Amino acid sequence: MLAAPPCFSQGNVLSIAPPSKVTAKAGATVEARLTAQLRPGYHCNSNTPSDDYLIPLKLTWTAAPLSVAEVVYPKPQMEKYAFSDKPLSVYTGDFDIVTKFNVPASAPPGPMIISAKLRYQACTDRMCLPPKTVDVSLPIEIVK
Amino acid sequence: MKLVWAVIAMIPGLAFTACSRNSGVVKAESTRKMAPDFALKDATGKTVKLSDYRGDVVLLNFWATWCGPCQIEIPWFIDFQKNYKDRKFAVLGVSMDDDGWKSVKPYIEQKKINYPIVVGTEETSQLYGGIDSLPTTFIIDRAGRIAAVHTGLVSKSVYQDEINKLLDGKDDGGAIAEPAKRGALVDARGAAVLFPR
Repeated sequence: MLAAPPCFSQGNVLSIAPPSKVTAKAGATVEARLTAQLRPGYHCNSNTPSDDYLIPLKLTWTAAPLSVAEVVYPKPQMEKYAFSDKPLSVYTGDFDIVTKFNVPASAPPGPMIISAKLRYQACTDRMCLPPKTVDVSLPIEIVK
Repeated sequence: MKLVWAVIAMIPGLAFTACSRNSGVVKAESTRKMAPDFALKDATGKTVKLSDYRGDVVLLNFWATWCGPCQIEIPWFIDFQKNYKDRKFAVLGVSMDDDGWKSVKPYIEQKKINYPIVVGTEETSQLYGGIDSLPTTFIIDRAGRIAAVHTGLVSKSVYQDEINKLLDGKDDGGAIAEPAKRGALVDARGAAVLFPR
């Protein structure tokens, strides 16, 4: 009761914890884990929303010279909200997204930063925020 | 102790002030501000101006196809448009979908929306203080003034009450019409919160 309900200027209600540096061996595969944190009271659609009209969570990398082998989203929760007569496929709280990268054998050794954009659309049980994109930077050390 | 309870009694009102766009109460006429005018195209390409509705009670709804709570309200608004249209009432929807008509036109057809829909812009949003939560709905009186604002899903009956008050001309009973008396505070709903003597 003490806290005012969220209404305007929420900005980004999802943040990404700064990822740890990843060491990637040239010619091998490597995993990077991003931890997303959603503000309490909010949910965002999973990467496989329950309805066509809902905007999915999507992580898109600009990873050259690495290539993305797979983005593994967490298992969604099925939650029922006041505005929906059926449970929706969502994420709440903290959740991890794991990306598997292929590192080419020709990748030059040394430090680099690759980037990603995480697009999400969040709601509470009574209102929704427009889709937003969070920029992510991942430090990588390529070794032979 | 009474003082403590008086302060506690104010807290919901203070919280409400932080989100005062969801008052659920028709504002007193003297406190209403003009709804900013805009001109946007509808699905047929016809220009729709809010000021063209002067003389009508208008429910102005900012929404988007991806907004779950908006999906609940739209059938209510279809009913309102059907049931109140002969009483100089109109619903006007402003979609905030980024991809505009690509998403909105099929949605209008699928839901059989019977009231005008326009696609809003950032400028439209800013005119109304920056619409960043959907749904956001403004109830506008016949003089073009904002009589009530709702951010987020509210009940159909809240809208009905407000529309009926405005249509019936019984809309000036807002508690905030009365000035606060000495020794009293007024919460966001306009209700006096009296401190003990």
